[in-house]
Amino acid sequence: MGFFEMTKTALKTVMSRPATILYPYQPAKKTGLTRGHVAYDGSKCISCSICVKKCPSQAILLNKEAKTWQIDRFRCVVCSSCVDTCPSKCLFMDTQYTGPAVEKSVEVFAITYVKPAKPEKKDEPNQ
Amino acid sequence: MITQEQSIIPIDVGKLIGSVEQCRNEGYRLAQIGCTKVGDNAFEINYSFDKDYVLKNLRITVTAETEIPSITGMYWGAFVYENEMHDLFGIQVKGINIDFKGTFIRTSVKYPFGVTIVKGEKP
Amino acid sequence: MTKQIIVPFGPQHPVLPEPIHLDLVLEDERVVDVIPSIGYIHRGFEKLVEKREFTEYVYVAERTCGICSFIHGMTYCVGVEQIMNIEVPERADYLRTIWSEYSRLHSHLLWLGLFADSFGFENLFMNAWRIRERILDVFEQTTGGRVIQGTCKIGGVRRDIANEKLAEMSSNLDSIRKEIEDLTNVFLHDDTVRHRTRNVGVLSREDAYHLGAVGPTGRGSGVAIDLRKTGYAAYGKLNFSMVTDSCGDAYSRCLVRCKELFSSIDLIQQAIRKIPDGPIEVKVTGAPNGEFFCRAEQPRGELVHYIKGNGTKFLVRSRIRTPTLSNIPSLIKMLQGCELADVPVIVLSIDPCISCTER
Repeated sequence: MGFFEMTKTALKTVMSRPATILYPYQPAKKTGLTRGHVAYDGSKCISCSICVKKCPSQAILLNKEAKTWQIDRFRCVVCSSCVDTCPSKCLFMDTQYTGPAVEKSVEVFAITYVKPAKPEKKDEPNQ
Repeated sequence: MITQEQSIIPIDVGKLIGSVEQCRNEGYRLAQIGCTKVGDNAFEINYSFDKDYVLKNLRITVTAETEIPSITGMYWGAFVYENEMHDLFGIQVKGINIDFKGTFIRTSVKYPFGVTIVKGEKP
Repeated sequence: MTKQIIVPFGPQHPVLPEPIHLDLVLEDERVVDVIPSIGYIHRGFEKLVEKREFTEYVYVAERTCGICSFIHGMTYCVGVEQIMNIEVPERADYLRTIWSEYSRLHSHLLWLGLFADSFGFENLFMNAWRIRERILDVFEQTTGGRVIQGTCKIGGVRRDIANEKLAEMSSNLDSIRKEIEDLTNVFLHDDTVRHRTRNVGVLSREDAYHLGAVGPTGRGSGVAIDLRKTGYAAYGKLNFSMVTDSCGDAYSRCLVRCKELFSSIDLIQQAIRKIPDGPIEVKVTGAPNGEFFCRAEQPRGELVHYIKGNGTKFLVRSRIRTPTLSNIPSLIKMLQGCELADVPVIVLSIDPCISCTER
């Protein structure tokens, strides 16, 4: 007969510690791989705009004239597609989740990358 | 790589009911009905049937004006797919057992999948 | 003749995790007919395929469902790989299998919790979800996401799991198995639970087959269909037996899911024992040209992804037929003739996932 099947589990639950954590006082669980938000390093970005093309939610915009890179955190689905495809490795995944906000906005970053000067050719012909 | 067996048999709209009835008698199970837009005012409808993990697809090609017969007489559960097809593509299906008349999936644009979007265009 | 009244059930109802609306036609307390309506959360994912490159659509396909997300992504990838004739490395196949089975564990535990909640057993609900949390932790440690894993890609997987981690996961599953034994014991042997689920929402084998019931809904009625037997990913190299039951009531569907939990644990441990070393992805060039109906077994049943490409980066059509859509006709048949008080239990017993259904 199945009358007190739950007793064992119930007693165990009473004796053990809570399975939950007191979140704002104790930090949330995180691992090294946790996809929190996309971080950007403007000093390495070569403005190739591959991240713009590869973003499935079209959250990223790159303006070559104004030299800005912007991301809409509310559109971003944190799939890390841009991080994987970035050729200059200026994008990386941070484990911190984006905080709540009262209104929608975009985050704008300046591109500070300076193209290294090409070494001049040594022997120029006919001069 | 293991290939899942499947075959596609194109048939006429007129022969649909007969072929579906034959499937039902042979003990096939209805796996899905799906519609694809294949050009201006041309739609491909796949009726997929499964038996022992082999998929058999009956394919009819119709225009938006063609009225296609409902297969809910043979497969009672087909009404979900037929209503969906009507609501998203605007295919006219005649004689569904539970006809929602366009209210199964309510969309802001009428027949959203029936219109073509230029490829690669930004939203 | 008694007077008929119509009672609306949903879209917002305490037992429903997602919005579905049912108009219940009642005679006294007995349900005589049901008219379902969906369409509250249609998102048009299938249309989005025309605007996203096929390699990025994986992330979109994965977000079709918030519970069985990994299997959606995998099925889409397998479909595209079939069209493009890509041979995926063996290690990637095994990793896909491991993550799929973890998805099944997490989905079934979630469902067991919701099911307990549907007949008012809150304590059991929390216990099921406590175990589920351990599964989600493994997901976060290995993929970086708790419910949206995002590790599948065309041509393989994006992340590898170190062999030491795999061994740790395997031994962890032994302790999870013990906890699940205690949990399922309550579901299967407790009198109160049996009283609420036995002979409720009976679906005959004949009905189940012809109405297109799939997954545990069908298997609970004796329809032996499990797409894992077709051997996609690494399932062909692993041993497992299909779980079926013949009664066709809510208890049977619960029984099938409870037993599947153990077969999933077994499958993961087998896969971890057999996983070979090697690369996890191959390079993909070109674009798909052709069509394919790719099928996989989700926790809820058979999933069909129809993919059609025309040789460009943008697919022509991706049609996703999710298991719940196929189970709705069966649900209607089950509800006809039941008592009003049993409606929540029966609706929950097919494991409805409505966001999935509408895509």
